Formats: sequence, structure tokens, C-alpha cells
Amino acid sequence: MKALNSMKLEIESRSVNEAFARAAVAAFAAQADPTVEEISDIKTAVSEAVTNCIVHAYPDYVGKIYIWAGIFDNGIFRVKIKDKGCGIEDVDKAMVPLFTTLGGERAGLGFAVMESFCDRIKVRSKPNKGTVVTLEKALCGRSGADERN
Amino acid sequence: MAIRTTVTPMRVTISISGEIDHHNAAALRLEADEAIQSNLAPNVRIDFDEVTFMDSSGIGFVLGRYRIVSAYGGNVEVVNLSNKFYMMMKLAGLEKLMSLKTK
Repeated sequence: MKALNSMKLEIESRSVNEAFARAAVAAFAAQADPTVEEISDIKTAVSEAVTNCIVHAYPDYVGKIYIWAGIFDNGIFRVKIKDKGCGIEDVDKAMVPLFTTLGGERAGLGFAVMESFCDRIKVRSKPNKGTVVTLEKALCGRSGADERN
Repeated sequence: MAIRTTVTPMRVTISISGEIDHHNAAALRLEADEAIQSNLAPNVRIDFDEVTFMDSSGIGFVLGRYRIVSAYGGNVEVVNLSNKFYMMMKLAGLEKLMSLKTK
């Protein structure tokens, strides 16, 4: 299925870019006429995925984060967040709520939050190659369904 | 992101405004802990009234303060949560550790 419209963004894995990344994706999603709540859900999920790249994928150096977002038929919004970092050894384990390899102030809830604010989440990862997180959310929108071209 | 602290003999209130994410959580922690540790008040209230955004870093922030305050025997309560923030904190099981109040 081809996106009706899409965008690409490449940022450095600096924590100051977290706010920029979620705001940019939210601004792009705005054309699909989402509700305030739907926009807020997207921002939260994107923030989690981008933070994961910064703290986990590139733990002690600055790497690149590649973000792709697309709007599909029926108001389906999809975001891919990709890194070429260290990868995840055991994806199932990483997705268990409260599991974290970092301790300290990380709650271990990144994936749990992404899951609760999106309709679908897919995680593909290879150790030492990188990780791709795909988030999908159906935007019911303020005006119900369509009216986009 | 900004933080304001109010101190009375029984309570330290930490009022946060703006966005809480991994980037600004460190500065938030520093200021909150300064107020908490220099007073050791029996009650610490974290006010979310003016928080416009938080991701799981907000949960980590609350959990971290809870650990510090409960270590000296104090109580933590979180107030003025939006329904969404309340739901996120319940996701982390924080309601078992402290009182969570919505707006």
C-alpha cells in the first residue's frame, strides 16, 4: 500500500532533538485532521522511540536517527523510527513492561507506552546492525473520516 | 520546562510546567532533589497542573523522587494529573506506591 503523503527526517541522536522529532512528526500528522488527543498520543509514542535510539542504540556516541512518516487511506498514520546502533539482543524481553537495562531513572516503560498509545507496533532489530520501530495509529479525526487529497 | 518549589514545615510542593522528556528530566531532578533533601519534609507533593507533555521520563521522575522521599520515611503525592498522565502512571503501578489525583 502506497502512502498518500510521506516525509523523511534525519536527526542526530542528541537528546535536545527529542522535542524537535515529536513536534515535527505531529506537525506532519496534523494534515490528517487528527483530534488533539490523537496528536498527543503520536507525540508520546514518537518521543519514546526516539529516546530509545538516544539512550540505548547509541549509548556513548552520537549516531543518526532516521524517521519516516506516512499518511495512508482511511486515516492510517504510520511512523518508522530507525537507527544503525547496537540493536536489541532479545526484543521480547525489551518489550516487557518495567524491564530496563539501564536502571537509574529509566522506568522501563518505553515500549509499553508506545503500545498503549498506538494501534500497532512492530520492532525489528539485529545486534550491532540497528533497530526499526514501526508505529501505526488510525486517526479517526475531528471531522470523522475523509476530506483529504 | 520550569519548576517551582514551595516549602512549608510539613510539605515541599514541586510544581512543574511545560514538557517532561528524557532531555530535560536531568535538570528537573536536580532542582527537585535540592528542595527535597534540604527540607526532608514529611510530605512531598508533585503538581502536574501545568505539564503539557510527558513521556515515560515523567514516570521515571516521579519514581525517582518516591525512592528518595520514602528512604527518609516521607510520603509522596502527585496531583492535578490529566486523565492521560494518570493512565500512564497507573501503567507503571505508581498508584500502589503513592496517592495519584486527577484534575
